[in-house]
Amino acid sequence: MILLTVGTQLPFDRLVSIVDALAPELPEPVLAQVGHGTFRPKNMEWRPYVDPVEFEQFIEECSLLISHAGIGTLVMAQKHRKPMILFPRRAVLKEHRNDHQLATVRALNGRRGVRIAYDEEDLTRLIALPHSAPQPHDVLPDRDRLCGALSELIHSEQRRFSRA
Amino acid sequence: MAVSSGGGHWEELMLLRPAFAAINQVFATTNAELAKRDHIDAFEFLPDANRDEPWRAVRCFAAAFRLVWKVRPNMLITTGALPGLFCLIAARLLGARTVWIDSIANSDQPSLSGRIARLFAHEWFTQWEHLATRRRRYEGAVL
Repeated sequence: MILLTVGTQLPFDRLVSIVDALAPELPEPVLAQVGHGTFRPKNMEWRPYVDPVEFEQFIEECSLLISHAGIGTLVMAQKHRKPMILFPRRAVLKEHRNDHQLATVRALNGRRGVRIAYDEEDLTRLIALPHSAPQPHDVLPDRDRLCGALSELIHSEQRRFSRA
Repeated sequence: MAVSSGGGHWEELMLLRPAFAAINQVFATTNAELAKRDHIDAFEFLPDANRDEPWRAVRCFAAAFRLVWKVRPNMLITTGALPGLFCLIAARLLGARTVWIDSIANSDQPSLSGRIARLFAHEWFTQWEHLATRRRRYEGAVL
């Protein structure tokens, strides 16, 4: 199954309609979480919202994830090592408040398992290519470093309180 | 006390959870189902808000204040967004140590909430090295 998600905050009809148009030609059925948009998909199973527990099950089951460039989906896809195509929202099309999703995909471009589509043409081309999963992230020195910095802050605060 | 909106902000907070493991912690977020998924017992609900809906923002600000007043944390850590900022401001005014972690989504510039949080937070982290300055610490990133 191919999983399409636009997150829970905002609709993203442009992406949903593009994938709906492609769905009949795809080798697997598409399950779509479409938010509260006005476009009603015709060629794929869809729901406005999926609760987090079920959503994680869908991620586990899917072979490919097509998503807006939201960090929540990205984290889940990395956790379950699923290949993803990210499609950033554009502020100029009123798809988000600003263009931080463009910045996100620029920053992620080139990571294994993450590919970026900016329009229908890109998405059509990328869906047809073979997909590779993200690298396993057992050791993430950057994350350990940030956790370490936070632990240190917490400990220094504890020491301050125990002295008080 | 650790606070975030639902969605990506929450996923980032969960990736940082090992840092809070040793202490007595309370989590607050705008989506109770996420807290359930991640098996968090000490959980408080926050109404959601964004800057496009001023009335909901006012309600969220009031709820954030009530919540922080009730919990009275020694320290408040948030990964955003607007509800996290409200809790951070409330916590600072009530004397807590406050930490803002700007989302990894903000790779071009800090978020608007983040820029406001800069005025209140004791510690302010970016997750992008090129955004680091004297007052924006860079100590790695969640991804």
